[in-house]
Amino acid sequence: MRILEGEKITKHFGGLAAVHQVDFDIHQGEVVGLIGPNGAGKTTLFNLISGSLPTTSGEIRYKGKKITRLKPHQICRKGLARTFQSAKLFAGMTVFENALAASLFGTKRTISVPDAEREATELLEFVELSTAGEMLAKDLPIGSRKRLEVARALATKPELLMFDEVMAGLNPAEVTQSMELIMKIRNKGITIFMIEHVMKAIMNVCDRIIVLHHGSKIAEGTPEEIATSRTVIEVYLGE
Amino acid sequence: MDITSVISKKLFFLGFLFLILALLVTLPLYIQPYLVILLTTIFMYIIIAVSWAIFSGPTRYISLASAAFFGVGVYTSALLGKILPLPAMIAAGGLLSFILALFIGLLTLRLRGMYFIIFTFSISELIRHFLLWWETNRTGTVGRWVVIVDHVVVYYVILVIFMLALLTAYLIKRSRFGLALRSIGEHEEAATHIGINATAVKTIAFAISAFFMGAAGSIMATKWKYVDPRIAFDPLLSFLPVLMAIFGGTGQLFGPVFGAAILAYLEEILTTKFPYYYMLLFGSILIVVILFLPRGIAGLVQKYWKGGLRRQNANP
Repeated sequence: MRILEGEKITKHFGGLAAVHQVDFDIHQGEVVGLIGPNGAGKTTLFNLISGSLPTTSGEIRYKGKKITRLKPHQICRKGLARTFQSAKLFAGMTVFENALAASLFGTKRTISVPDAEREATELLEFVELSTAGEMLAKDLPIGSRKRLEVARALATKPELLMFDEVMAGLNPAEVTQSMELIMKIRNKGITIFMIEHVMKAIMNVCDRIIVLHHGSKIAEGTPEEIATSRTVIEVYLGE
Repeated sequence: MDITSVISKKLFFLGFLFLILALLVTLPLYIQPYLVILLTTIFMYIIIAVSWAIFSGPTRYISLASAAFFGVGVYTSALLGKILPLPAMIAAGGLLSFILALFIGLLTLRLRGMYFIIFTFSISELIRHFLLWWETNRTGTVGRWVVIVDHVVVYYVILVIFMLALLTAYLIKRSRFGLALRSIGEHEEAATHIGINATAVKTIAFAISAFFMGAAGSIMATKWKYVDPRIAFDPLLSFLPVLMAIFGGTGQLFGPVFGAAILAYLEEILTTKFPYYYMLLFGSILIVVILFLPRGIAGLVQKYWKGGLRRQNANP
């Protein structure tokens, strides 16, 4: 079943087409990677899907329903969560409060505070941050910040989770840890759409990869197909 | 710390609050009228500072519209004071400010930072000048007489509004609504992406804070007996509460209370004892506080109380 579809999505910033006529679809349970050189429009596409930016034209459908004109909080409550390239945490709040807020507001139905607290505790355990609960988010090292963002996104109980470079700035050990975390999330039945520059992770984790270049989709396929694709190699290596 | 000591601490705190309350309620029986009137003014500032902090504390949107909401309350009394009984008049002042804040909120809360500050300030100025124009050109009068209420009654009404404002601030701070407000203040974009309807949350908080300012304006009008737009929409009423709240510290519930109490009293002392140097002294004190106590008096107290110095951050 298609969980997310994009049809001819276009975004212009003034005269610049940051995203141009992009079609894509993501099936339930998949892990889909989104790659491309810097400035390819990957984060812009994420911003269009999550409602941060309005599309210039085109239509995005979540579970068959149009979400193109919805506000970010409405999209979140439908079950589509995201993380940010540079972790956007509630810096002056505790780690626990960060997760708690998402748990309280992330879903359509109202949840009681004790239930939300239980969920937040479980999720901090899930991302291995349970000992840091009372710390302020701003005091966390970068790896933990990224994990807290994942926990916060998970607390909104998403069916589709979008990661924007969740591994950027991590050391090799943390990248491995992060890949394991992604597999754990996938095993929960959550569909994943991720932007990533760490090729090892993309090739190992993804079922399918979409390649953007100058705002357009230039390739799509399994990791093997992408790794051997002539166009992709040209774009990345500038042949 | 075991349970009994927590409970006894709580009981002690409640008892302490009750004592203060009893003291405040009985005060007019044994102090001079002048002091009752001074206390009334101080409580007026406290109400505005506390309600300002309900919205601006957690969200970090600096509103300079306090004078507008206060003034709407004042004018409500001037217009409806002779028709409505006192409690209804005060409720009407609060409600009209609440409604005005809803409108302003929906219009302006998409603005951020400096733009929001300037816009809220302009709103109060716009209303003031519009009323001045209206009075001079349409009704041919400037200002209005307001029904007179005994100063002790004014004091009790102010006290009730103060307690309601404080209670509301406390309940909001502890509620999920308060957490939403803090999330917005910490990172608004992230807050919307975890399902918080930021526009709605901000607008409601803004309107709640306006309610108490309007109610305070409504009762204070009866103390002044005569009001005109310059008195009702005095821009100082937009600036002072901000300074008081920041002086006291917006992070804690009692910050704005102490900040307003100290500064309002200080203002009174300075204006009577040093009328020529009052502004100079007042300004210097504020600069020192903002430079050296960024989290206000409450921040300072907390720092020493909880031994906060031990906990230093690598990323402040």
